[in-house]
Amino acid sequence: MILAAAAIAILVTMLLAIVRALLGPSIFDRMLAVNMFGTKTVMLISLIAALAGRADYLDIALVYAMINFIAMIAVMKYFEYGTLGHDGETTEE
Amino acid sequence: MILEQLIDIFLLVFLAIISIAVLRIRDLFTAVMLFGIYSLTSASLFMVLDAADVGFTEAAVGAGISTILMLATISMTGREEKPLKKKGTMLPLAVVVITGATLVYGIMDLPPFGEPDNPVHTHVAPRYIEQSPQEIDVPNFVTAVLASYRGYDTLGEVVVIFTAGVGVMLLIGRRRKRKEGISNE
Repeated sequence: MILAAAAIAILVTMLLAIVRALLGPSIFDRMLAVNMFGTKTVMLISLIAALAGRADYLDIALVYAMINFIAMIAVMKYFEYGTLGHDGETTEE
Repeated sequence: MILEQLIDIFLLVFLAIISIAVLRIRDLFTAVMLFGIYSLTSASLFMVLDAADVGFTEAAVGAGISTILMLATISMTGREEKPLKKKGTMLPLAVVVITGATLVYGIMDLPPFGEPDNPVHTHVAPRYIEQSPQEIDVPNFVTAVLASYRGYDTLGEVVVIFTAGVGVMLLIGRRRKRKEGISNE
C-alpha cells in the first residue's frame, strides 16, 4: 500500500517535471527539470528494487545518480563558457 | 502485478509525450534536455522489465554521453533549428503506420511475457548447464558460452569494437597543427 502511494507520488512528480521541461520559459527551468527527473528516476529504481525484492538494484540507482550529476555538470559548463572544450585558464573576470 | 503495470503505463505515456515534443520543438537545447529525460525514462522501463544491464547502458550512453556529445555539437553549430519547408506529410505517415502495424502483427504469436516454460528458458540453457563441462572442458558456463558456443558472435563484437577504436583514433588522435591567432576557441 505504501509502495503504491510512493509510486504514484513519484510518477506524478515526474509528470510535473516533464511539464516544466516542456513549458519552462528559461533555460534554467529546463535544466532543473531534467535534474529533477533524474532524481525521480533514482527514486523510482529504488522503488522497483523494493517491489522486486532485489537489493542489488540499489547500487544501480546510485550509479544513475552519478550519471545524472555528470550530465548536469556538462550542461552547466556549456552555459557558463558556451563550449565544452574550455581549458579553465582564460576566464574573463 | 497492478502496480508495475501502472508504472509501465506512466512511463510509456511519458515517452510518447517527450517524442512528440522533441519533434515539434525548434530550440535545439530544449530538444537535448528532452532527450536526456527520454533516456532516463526508457532506462526506467528497462529496469521494470528486469533488464538491469540494458537500463544501465541506456542511462550511461543515452543520458550521459549522448547529452554531452550533442551539447558539444550545439556549441559548435548553433542553437536554433532552421525552419523546414512544408512538404506532404501523408506518405511518411502512411509508411510509419504500415511499418508499425506490421511489427505489432509480428509480435502477436510471441509466447506470453515471463512464463517459465517459454522456449528461451527451456531450449538451450539446460544443455549448456549439463553438457558444457564435457563438450568444452571449461569449468565456467559463461566463459564456455561466450568463447565457444557463441565464438563467432564474440569475434564479431570484438571486430566492431576494434573498428570503432581505430576510427576514433584516426579522427581525434592525430597531431593537431597549430593555428596562430586562435588562442581561445
